Amino acid sequence: MSDTKERIREFLSQHIRDNGYRDDDDLFAKGYVNSLFAMELVLFVEKEFALTVENADLDPDNFRSVDAIAGLIGRKTTPETVE
Amino acid sequence: MATGTGTIKCVVWDLDNTLWSGTLLEDSEVTLKPEAVKVIRTLDERGILHSIASRNDPETAQQKLIDLGLHEYFLYPQITWSDKAESVRAIARAINIGLDSIAFVDDEPFERDAVQFACPEVTCINAADLANMSEMPIMQPRFVTEDSRLRRRMYQNDMTRNQAEAKYMGPQEAFLESLGMRLTLFAAGEDDLQRAEELTVRTHQLNATGVTYSYDELDWFRRSDRYDLLMARLEDRYGSYGHIGLTLVERQEDLWIIRLLLMSCRVMSRGVGTAMLLHLMRRAENQNVRLQAHFVPNDRNRMMNITYRFAGFREVESSGELVTLEHNLAEIPALPNYMKLIVV
Repeated sequence: MSDTKERIREFLSQHIRDNGYRDDDDLFAKGYVNSLFAMELVLFVEKEFALTVENADLDPDNFRSVDAIAGLIGRKTTPETVE
Repeated sequence: MATGTGTIKCVVWDLDNTLWSGTLLEDSEVTLKPEAVKVIRTLDERGILHSIASRNDPETAQQKLIDLGLHEYFLYPQITWSDKAESVRAIARAINIGLDSIAFVDDEPFERDAVQFACPEVTCINAADLANMSEMPIMQPRFVTEDSRLRRRMYQNDMTRNQAEAKYMGPQEAFLESLGMRLTLFAAGEDDLQRAEELTVRTHQLNATGVTYSYDELDWFRRSDRYDLLMARLEDRYGSYGHIGLTLVERQEDLWIIRLLLMSCRVMSRGVGTAMLLHLMRRAENQNVRLQAHFVPNDRNRMMNITYRFAGFREVESSGELVTLEHNLAEIPALPNYMKLIVV
């Protein structure tokens, strides 16, 4: 999981100036999101972690922090188990 | 005025024996073909762009174009020793248009065939047919607007910006802040309708419903009390991007529906779509009405889907291809701090 977050932070560093954010900070609250950034973020998650972001996953809550993105990736890549 | 249904947005030129007579590396005194220059000037005035795919020495050829006073006409010229199909693709990527809106002019059948084989969507034209090239239906845009006439200059501004962005070592956000962008939203007047129609026809990737409207339909919406037709124009320190966004909102008593949201591909990295949505959210909240949007997914407009969803719109209904999204207006995101929004 920490490797996942490291890869996410690496991607974000190309887009976000302020790198003093915490893993649970809301990145969108600061107005970072534009269409291309959003698209690149979705494509990054799909390509880097070999998964498909479905319409149902396209919820800002799944992308608004490093923790949230890592959580989405975790749910999408863990084989479904009966809890 | 309305003239044609032309689909070509950019003409890619060979140089030797196409733009000029002779081979530059063998004869430095090549002579321009007057009919080629005439085509370039005529199409440029119609808002059709030009570029180059030539196998030549880059510096010699570029210098020759400067000496001939033509270099300013060509965007992203590809003067290399490599494959021309690759050059055509590079131009399409740089300008951000589809291969189906590119025409390629070359005197050599081999080069035309090679490009045609690798890029079947490209229209290949024999340099022997230059005399009537301007009259071809594919070279007749339906309207020539103020934005078409300025199109080359706006793309040149883009080239300068793109170079500045490529050189910029910091994160993208900081670069955007350095641009000082001002987005102006205004109700489309009669004078704006040709550009509005041009936008709906030219924009495929960034059209949320894929629907295109004619001049007459847009004029009807503009006059109707039930609809708002808003245009967006964008400027920054490099100059104007022109009129780059359009949205159509149907106003019912307690519900507004965004029927159309589109923007020029030149501004997709600029946050224009999100800013337009924020404006509509604020207004809807202010008027105490619900806000929905129509979206029709196709293989090219995923970006618009993401724009809506990241702005906080959620699917509330889906029938056939049409998806209805709604924003609950409880939490309206802030405008990015790199953009100033002006509503007139």
